[in-house]
Amino acid sequence: MTTMQKLLQLPVNAVNIVKSVQGVAQGQEEALSPVLTPDSGPQNWYNAVQPEELRHLRSSSFGGGGGGEGSDDRPAQEEGLTSIQSQPLRHDDLKEMLDSNKDSLKLEAMKRIVAMIARGKNASDLFPAVVKNVACKNIEVKKLVYVYLVRYAEEQQDLALLSISTFQRGLKDPNQLIRASALRVLSSIRVTIIVPIMMLAIKEAASDMSPYVRKTAAHAIPKLHSLDPDQKDQLIEVIEKLLADKTTLVAGSVVMAFEEVCPDRIDLIHKNYRKLCNLLIDVEEWGQVVIINMLTRYARTQFLNPNINESLLEEGSEKAFYASDDEEDEDKKAEAAALAKRKPYVMDPDHRLLLRNTKPLLQSRNAAVVMAVAQLYFHLAPKAEVGVIAKALVRLMRSHSEVQYVVLQNVATMTIKRRGMFEPYLKSFYIRSTDPTQIKILKLEVLTNLANETNISTILREFQTYIKSMDKDFVAASIQAIGRCATNIGEVRDTCLNGLVQLLSNRDELVVAESVVVIKKLLQMQPEQHSDIIKHMAKLIDNIQVPMARASILWLIGEYCEHVPKIAPDVLRKMAKTFTNEEDIVKLQIINLAAKLYLTNSKQTKLLTQYVLNLAKYDQNYDIRDRARFIRQLIVPTDKSGALSKYAKKLFLALKPAPVLESPFKDRDHFQLGSLSHLLNAKASGYQELPDWPESAPDPSVRNVEIPEWSKCTSRKDRKEKKVEKPFYSDSEGESGPTESADSESDSGSGSESASGSEESRSARSGSESEDSGEESESEEEEEDEEDQKKKKKRLEKTKARKAVEESAESEQSSGAEDRKRSRKMVKNQKSVSESDSESESSESEEESEEESEEESESDTDIRKKKAPVSKPPPKPSKKESKKENKEMSLLDLDDFEPAPASAPVTPVNFLSSSLVSDLEGLSLTDTILAPTTIAPSGSIKMYELLHRITGEGLAVEYCFSRQPFSPDPNMVAVQIQFTNNTNAETKNLHIEEPRLQSGMRIREFSEIEVLAANESVTVVMGIDFCDSTQAANFQLCTHTRKFYVSIQPPVGELMTPAFLTENDFKKEQGKLMGMNEISEKLTLGDKCVNEHVIVERVTATANLSRVPCGSDKECSSPPPPPSAPVYRFAGKTVSSGSLVLVTVAMKDSAGAQLTVNCEKMVIGTMLVKDILQALSQ
Amino acid sequence: MIHSLFLINNVGDLFLEKHWKSVISRSVCDYFFEAREKAGEPDNVPPVIRTPHHYLINIYRDKIFFVSVIQTEVPPLFVIEFLHRVAETFQDYFGECSETTIKENMVIVYELLEEMLDNGFPLATESNILKELIRPPNILRTMVNTITGSSNVGETLPTGQLSTIPWRRAGVKYTNNEAYFDVVEEIDAILDKSGTTVFAEIQGVIDACVKLSGMPDLTLSFMNPRLLDDVSFHPCVRYKRWESERVISFIPPDGNFQLMSYHISAQNLVAIPVYVKQNISFFESGSSGRLDITVSPKQTMGKVVECVVVTIHMPKVVLSASLNATQGTYKYDPLTKILVWDIGKLNPQNTQKQPNLKGSLSLQSGAPKPEENPSLNIDLKIQQLAISGLKVNRLDMYGEKYKPFKGVKYVTKAGKFQVRT
Repeated sequence: MTTMQKLLQLPVNAVNIVKSVQGVAQGQEEALSPVLTPDSGPQNWYNAVQPEELRHLRSSSFGGGGGGEGSDDRPAQEEGLTSIQSQPLRHDDLKEMLDSNKDSLKLEAMKRIVAMIARGKNASDLFPAVVKNVACKNIEVKKLVYVYLVRYAEEQQDLALLSISTFQRGLKDPNQLIRASALRVLSSIRVTIIVPIMMLAIKEAASDMSPYVRKTAAHAIPKLHSLDPDQKDQLIEVIEKLLADKTTLVAGSVVMAFEEVCPDRIDLIHKNYRKLCNLLIDVEEWGQVVIINMLTRYARTQFLNPNINESLLEEGSEKAFYASDDEEDEDKKAEAAALAKRKPYVMDPDHRLLLRNTKPLLQSRNAAVVMAVAQLYFHLAPKAEVGVIAKALVRLMRSHSEVQYVVLQNVATMTIKRRGMFEPYLKSFYIRSTDPTQIKILKLEVLTNLANETNISTILREFQTYIKSMDKDFVAASIQAIGRCATNIGEVRDTCLNGLVQLLSNRDELVVAESVVVIKKLLQMQPEQHSDIIKHMAKLIDNIQVPMARASILWLIGEYCEHVPKIAPDVLRKMAKTFTNEEDIVKLQIINLAAKLYLTNSKQTKLLTQYVLNLAKYDQNYDIRDRARFIRQLIVPTDKSGALSKYAKKLFLALKPAPVLESPFKDRDHFQLGSLSHLLNAKASGYQELPDWPESAPDPSVRNVEIPEWSKCTSRKDRKEKKVEKPFYSDSEGESGPTESADSESDSGSGSESASGSEESRSARSGSESEDSGEESESEEEEEDEEDQKKKKKRLEKTKARKAVEESAESEQSSGAEDRKRSRKMVKNQKSVSESDSESESSESEEESEEESEEESESDTDIRKKKAPVSKPPPKPSKKESKKENKEMSLLDLDDFEPAPASAPVTPVNFLSSSLVSDLEGLSLTDTILAPTTIAPSGSIKMYELLHRITGEGLAVEYCFSRQPFSPDPNMVAVQIQFTNNTNAETKNLHIEEPRLQSGMRIREFSEIEVLAANESVTVVMGIDFCDSTQAANFQLCTHTRKFYVSIQPPVGELMTPAFLTENDFKKEQGKLMGMNEISEKLTLGDKCVNEHVIVERVTATANLSRVPCGSDKECSSPPPPPSAPVYRFAGKTVSSGSLVLVTVAMKDSAGAQLTVNCEKMVIGTMLVKDILQALSQ
Repeated sequence: MIHSLFLINNVGDLFLEKHWKSVISRSVCDYFFEAREKAGEPDNVPPVIRTPHHYLINIYRDKIFFVSVIQTEVPPLFVIEFLHRVAETFQDYFGECSETTIKENMVIVYELLEEMLDNGFPLATESNILKELIRPPNILRTMVNTITGSSNVGETLPTGQLSTIPWRRAGVKYTNNEAYFDVVEEIDAILDKSGTTVFAEIQGVIDACVKLSGMPDLTLSFMNPRLLDDVSFHPCVRYKRWESERVISFIPPDGNFQLMSYHISAQNLVAIPVYVKQNISFFESGSSGRLDITVSPKQTMGKVVECVVVTIHMPKVVLSASLNATQGTYKYDPLTKILVWDIGKLNPQNTQKQPNLKGSLSLQSGAPKPEENPSLNIDLKIQQLAISGLKVNRLDMYGEKYKPFKGVKYVTKAGKFQVRT
């Protein structure tokens, strides 16, 4: 206690007595609104500041001021009252102290005010006196003033504004800590008027030099957002900027802000993903938790389910299928190839990066971090790797009981899904008598979940000890646990039952009651063998008083009265005697028992039943009266009673299914583990759902980061280019195929080939990049890698693995002839991988088998057709194209592809052509385009006539929209033109002249055809930029003799290219294109539009769109739409401007459907609606 | 994140409140009081309580409930762990975390809370940084403050926040440079009636007290690191080096901290240092019972077992105990029904005369005899021994020129050591 306080100290009670009279009225008013109502605050204050009025009281007011410190011992209520009573007076002297010139006095006053705030007392009326000191030089005073301001500014907004200029000055201070603290206080003052000032300050601080200030800025973002949600867009910009920050100090805070302001803007994370993963270990603990939780969600949207093959493998039939592969006919082989293509899973390297970088954090001292990593592994890791978290979680069990509580809840959920993981730690869940009850019960839950045939005996022995515990709630839970073990594990059912029966003679009634209930459930499973147990229980009815137990016994006797024909009527007799004194649930069961006995043994029990029913008829409880009346009508046959009474026996004695005793933690894992929602098993506000895995991986290239040039390293992209170098040249060694498969296997632990998922598209892209790359040695590049990424060995291994993958892609691309061969090899490769299913394969055997299989696979044209273009990356890579590859992968995964070869021989051609072939073609090189055989236009691609044979004097020209990207210019629509010379003479110098185009339209002519021999035809491709309009492109077609005026008018559907979107993206984008941009039409489906395939086919034939996966059918695992109303979604974007075109066909009853087109270009939208309508209603 | 914090004592008085966002009325604590009432024992209060508009996450520590108010989804462990960190900080600052000390240092407490959270999100939780921002009180400073009128708020602005090593402040200077490490192992065991081990494991921690100038870089290595099964580290430890070389390499925080905790792999049989022979029985007639407990040393590796205490939570019906202890003293508290027998040292030489507690218990007349015998909780301590056999090999320092004094101490304690009867 300071001298000042001592000086001020006076007997408090004396003051109170003086004040109590006038204090009461005011005190009450204040008590009503201690802090919360801002309105009453100023009022009080105005009364209080007038010194004249209160001066006469001041002499005695000192006591109150000092008394606060000493009055703590008294009970809270009295204290509260005292403080309120003495408040105005005490505050007066505080004001005087604050107004003084001495810093020490000010400080003393501020300390006392802060102490008041801490106790929850109202100090709001001091606001003007305190706010004056905001500019105080003394840093200690200043700090305390800040504390006060943050607390009361909201209530006294006008006055708070006085302090703003001080903070604004502080924001410019050369000292970073002053800047930070100014921003902190400024953003903590919840005054709406200063929102623009705050916004400005945050923006400025976000680009501050000091990372600490930037961190503060990140903290300020959610503050401002909660104050004024309208600022969201601007704040997101700041978040985006801060996310790019490279310091660990900022990372945690900005992700926190991200989670609070815009958790759904997952796209902001892409570019920062790798950085966050790498920084993670150095971020402070709290930031780690937030980042890991966010990355879990991110990974769920961006990567494929690593356990996807689990279910496939379990099908089992596949093995046999592959074993007899050689004898199978071609058809099946094609299918096998398709399956093999679907099956292999290669983990995205970024997915692996996340798992690898979080694993060390399992060693953190912070339980929250460990839990965060554990849930990440549980939700994201391949099944085989999840086990590592068990040890860490068991360690947390040593921590505080609250930590134990939360961890056990999560372990309980995990044990249901992955029991094996915790089995080695069974003993760590043994219960001590000193554990709190809630912990005991959770441990019991875990033990029960872990029980299986091998460990059940140990567990039961433990349970036996638990039953003797003094903690009755725990005993009851133990008995239930035994019941659950007994139901789950058939072998021990009898043992458990016997044990429970023994408990029936326990002295404790609760134990007996609980046992009865559990026994009842168990007996229901196999009643025949246990009539003596039922007899035993019937005897117990005299002693057991717990209603639930009595009811259970009665129900049992009634249900199995045939097994105890002698005892049952006697029990009923006894119960009839005590009927009036029983609890309601027991009464209901007595009526039940009576009814059942009446039906089976009416001779003995008729009168008893009548008696019971009569008693029940006049019962106080209407439920019982109702039941009695109902049962009487049902069982006692009268002339009025209808058909029902005939079936009374069936009704009452129907076979009842045994109850399933299952864990309350079942299915809780749909909540993200470790979250509050999981703990409560209910969605807490602000909870972000853990999304389901995507069906196919979104483009992984979004995470590629361009590293600025000034840094020594080359960008990731460049590195890849170099990496490809070596394999490219070493290709002739002919090893690439086998090496690749072996390597990538070791990397991911799953049977992997180059031809899967993201891995391939990546490799393909980088492979093509290598064409124009410089020449640098590999070792150098590795060095750089090490320097820049700081990821040392592991990283290196990984890059090597990837390199190997790329190697193959590269080599495939290298030459056309070899390409064929290789692709076959790959097919062969895949086959053997899946056949043997072993991780190690010798490359030699591979080579040998290749030769053998040469012929075999030669005939395998189907595969080759599919394969060859896939493995050939486009010559000039661009983002667009890489995306396309990706999309193509997803299309292969679509199951509407699956039935094509087998079921309908007509549709597949169309179907393939509409979605697959066109996409595949898009990937092929120009020379393949020129070779018409590979892309022989199939039925569904409509040919248009450009020049009729007759008008063209023997030259017939047809064109079609091949739907492949026009490689020289991606903004052009590719038009494939076929010239047929029907004359007997050569036609020469076919070319285009004098295009007459609408403004903005461009044309790219095909190179002149020198000679077209008689009766020959040739196909060329030209590009036209229609500027997203359906205006015709007019030009002259010239031969060496003549000129023809021709025009090409595109149907609206050809003005777009497919775009790959996930369902979520689709919905998001759709949300942005509402209103004018949305055109909706009802339609009646044509007779032929009966199934999904037809509809999808029609739509994709009309417009060059791609189906959005995860739409409506079985592959959709996210909230499945009601089967009656499937929704088909298609997405594309216009060729020249890239505006999105979203098409939704929502099925309605029978033949009705709703067609919605969202497109920024309204004209296109309208026309597209018309076209699709027509297509679908045919 | 954390919206508000209320501190509530054992009897239910709310004695401190702090809000980080807008103010939440303290009436929200009524839900807590309700749950507290329902739970009976303070330990049984559910850590997470759901109210219509908020979630209350609380911890019970040192007879104080730390009740935090949450409004939106947050990992519960995050909050729990943070609240414990707050309690630890108080302990660090005031020597103990109790209602009295918190009330005495209300302003410092409030300032600490202000610094530790910003907008409900942890800002500075490392004690080294906090101590630069807000100085801990000590008697001398309190006197100086009283005279000069200054407070505990730091006058110079901290630099720690900005150093690359967040847990250590720059410019540390000592005249005597010393580093002490305490290897403390605890035996967790459950023994059954016959004395066989149902479950036993060893958990250890290494506490450090490092007072070294400058920026020392330390490396601690063990003779037998393979013993360690599961480890968790202070953030200062470089995990990569542990993975590859099994050495602990770190730049230590200044002062006291827990370097690591570990678990001894289950394959190693745990040596149980004492043998307990017990016989507790209650008689059906006569409202009495008998108690006979003998404790003798077993597998102690030649060391003396000290501070042996046997604690028994008796059933409710036991009114009193009249016992005779051959060594040490016993005390029975009829209110809490706890029997404590403080034995002291176990003498390894004298095998004939082992400490024994024997006598009769009187029960409430008329009440049925207890179903179950109470289990025995045993506490003990062995100096100079790590029961697992873990040994520190050497401690090396890099980065600084001076020669520090290095010391390692081993202690074994009983953790949750329980004998079922």
